[in-house]
Amino acid sequence: MLLTAPIIISFLTAIACFLARHDRVAQRWLSLLGSIALLIASFLLAAEVIRHGPIAAAMGGWLPPFGIVLVADLFAVSMVVISAIIAVTTTIYSFGEVTDGEERFGFHTLLHSLLAGGCGAFLTGDIFNLYVWFEVMLIASFGLLILGGRKEQIDGAVKYVVLNLISTIAFLTGIGLIYGATGTLNMAELRDAIPAIENDTVVLTTAVIFLFGFGVKAALFPVFFWLPASYHTPAVVVSSLFTALMTKVGVYALIRFFTLMYDTQMPQMQTMLLIIAAFTMVVGVLGAAAQNSIRRILAFHSVSQIGYILLGLAIFTPLALVGAIFFIIHHIVVKANLFLVGGVMTRLTGSEDLAKIGGLWRRTPWLAVLFLLPALSLAGLPPFFGFWAKLVVIQASFEADAYLYGFIALFVGLLTMYSMSKIWMEGFWKAHPNPSGAAALSLSRNELALLVAPIVLLTVATTALGLFASPFFDIAVQAAAQLTETDAYVRAVLGTLP
Amino acid sequence: MNSIILTAAARILTPLMIAFSLFILLRGHNEPGGGFIGGLVGATGFALYAKATSVKETIRALRLQPPTIAVLGLGAALLAGMWGQFFGDAFLQGMWPFYGPGPDGGTVGLPVGSVLLFDIGVYLVVIGSVLTILFALEDDVAHPDRLDIED
Amino acid sequence: MEPALAILIGVIVAASLYLMLSGNMVRFLFGLVLLSNAANLVIFVGGRLTYAAPPLVPEGLYAPVGVVANALPQALVLTAIVIGFGLLAFALVLVHRAYQVLGTVEGDDMRVAEPRADKG
Repeated sequence: MLLTAPIIISFLTAIACFLARHDRVAQRWLSLLGSIALLIASFLLAAEVIRHGPIAAAMGGWLPPFGIVLVADLFAVSMVVISAIIAVTTTIYSFGEVTDGEERFGFHTLLHSLLAGGCGAFLTGDIFNLYVWFEVMLIASFGLLILGGRKEQIDGAVKYVVLNLISTIAFLTGIGLIYGATGTLNMAELRDAIPAIENDTVVLTTAVIFLFGFGVKAALFPVFFWLPASYHTPAVVVSSLFTALMTKVGVYALIRFFTLMYDTQMPQMQTMLLIIAAFTMVVGVLGAAAQNSIRRILAFHSVSQIGYILLGLAIFTPLALVGAIFFIIHHIVVKANLFLVGGVMTRLTGSEDLAKIGGLWRRTPWLAVLFLLPALSLAGLPPFFGFWAKLVVIQASFEADAYLYGFIALFVGLLTMYSMSKIWMEGFWKAHPNPSGAAALSLSRNELALLVAPIVLLTVATTALGLFASPFFDIAVQAAAQLTETDAYVRAVLGTLP
Repeated sequence: MNSIILTAAARILTPLMIAFSLFILLRGHNEPGGGFIGGLVGATGFALYAKATSVKETIRALRLQPPTIAVLGLGAALLAGMWGQFFGDAFLQGMWPFYGPGPDGGTVGLPVGSVLLFDIGVYLVVIGSVLTILFALEDDVAHPDRLDIED
Repeated sequence: MEPALAILIGVIVAASLYLMLSGNMVRFLFGLVLLSNAANLVIFVGGRLTYAAPPLVPEGLYAPVGVVANALPQALVLTAIVIGFGLLAFALVLVHRAYQVLGTVEGDDMRVAEPRADKG
């Protein structure tokens, strides 16, 4: 019951919002109510998993391996909880940003469909079902991306759509091959079925196909181009939602596949993953350094952060996985927040282009603080959460003798500082090039409250996670232990160990 | 389209196809058929009607906008899934309120339950989404000057 | 039968890659259609090809009689076709819209979101 709740709640909210689309107020209340219900359900589910370990439920009463199962382990529920938090902030922020027309066209319906897809992808225990949830998410994201229909949105959407479709097909091909080789699609069964495949080529081929498919979704090094091409085009709140959830689903699937099913392949894959991680970090941060527009800096920067998460996976020690989990959560909270701050900056100054804005420190010092806290966390300064995330990943790489990659991570951290200070210097510190024009742009008290409330919420979360990191560290250690010691997961799904 | 033959034929063919789609939907319980294929046949019927008359006229005949039909279908399917949960069973568990073991060992009653509701949901989703796509494409071709996506 | 289908899949993938290397988005989409069909065939072949009866349970019984086909790949392929159909329909409308708004179907000329002057 609890396992299906996040998915059902999201879908019901999507339906209710669609039926109420002509009544703006009702639709907004329904949407907010749905997000809060999702948050509550995810907390209940998390409490259950913390108490009992991984839990599973068979859909339709068809026991695995015949039916589809939903499984929740600590890693999966942490992702669901964090998605629910983002759902609440996104909903509130959207009230201040999304236009009446976009709401009537179905912004809230699409938002909650996307959340349903995300929760489904995090909770499913069947690889074909994972494909289906990916597509639910993808279709909803298409709708959100073109909502409003401006020129650059269409342009960005074309690139986003075609590259994601290729990744989808690659994923599907991988599913076909692995089904042909093992005869099962259940993740828990595949844990033992994949090592049992006699032909090593099949295993390695499918592993690389999955790496490619999820790599496109996660925006890894050679296949990340769609992200900086599209993330700065839609509404700010959509950028924030995408950066929090879309790429993370790809990363989640990578971690799930390579810890649960392909862990025996790791020695062969490890060098490749390490190199990809290093390039993703470096190329992303260099791309960000070359940009001059707030959201494009942040979008490129997301790519580099994915590299850190992949580095944690590639090193593949328990501590490194803790770091990867920490980093995912950190990145979702902080990057979603920075996009929202960037949105408010744009609204107050009239442009996203750093050359055309400025003077925000003088005008709105509180906004400067709200930018500075997540930005410093992103750059990895103590005592913020980002510091701990980075520390764990880098420490894990040093412990695993991957010094080169540890130093690359440190170096990328410095460049992150550069990008963030660029936004700070240009947006907040220097004077506005056209002060009289900027002063005319002001937000009503009501709008401002709706835009700033989610930012404050996420900033408080970042700071609290940093100051009281130790309980979260314990949970992350447990989650990583469940990823490396997969017996509990398999027992939850199949009832017994094979 | 201004073809008398098509218009006259559509008047007969559309109801026939919709009736046939309902037949396929119900037949899906034990034989090949079901909500998906039935929905496709039904959508073809309405698509033919739209070709013979107009998109506007078809939507009027449908009473509802195609996306609304799809969303209602999704709701029906979701309800069918939750039906089992209300009685403590799994999500999507088949529930048969009028159907069960009879006195002589066989099963008696009307095999109507959550599975049929789910199938009807699929049927509506397919009709709704296929017609949404078709009408959007039709609109796109008919009014190329209209550049807003919000329609 | 499997080798023949494997070769067919290879040919389809080759043709689709050729189409997808084109800068023209319409050709690219055709390539994508072909590629998704190839993926569906992979799943279909992955379920093993057998001469068997349709997997139907006769009236009054609880299990099918004799050798029946593997129903799972068919269900998977059907799902994949439906999803692929939806995605491709969207992509087609999007490219058509892009042609109206941006005036081109050449991927290289779509530079509104990432203008060249921007040194992006």
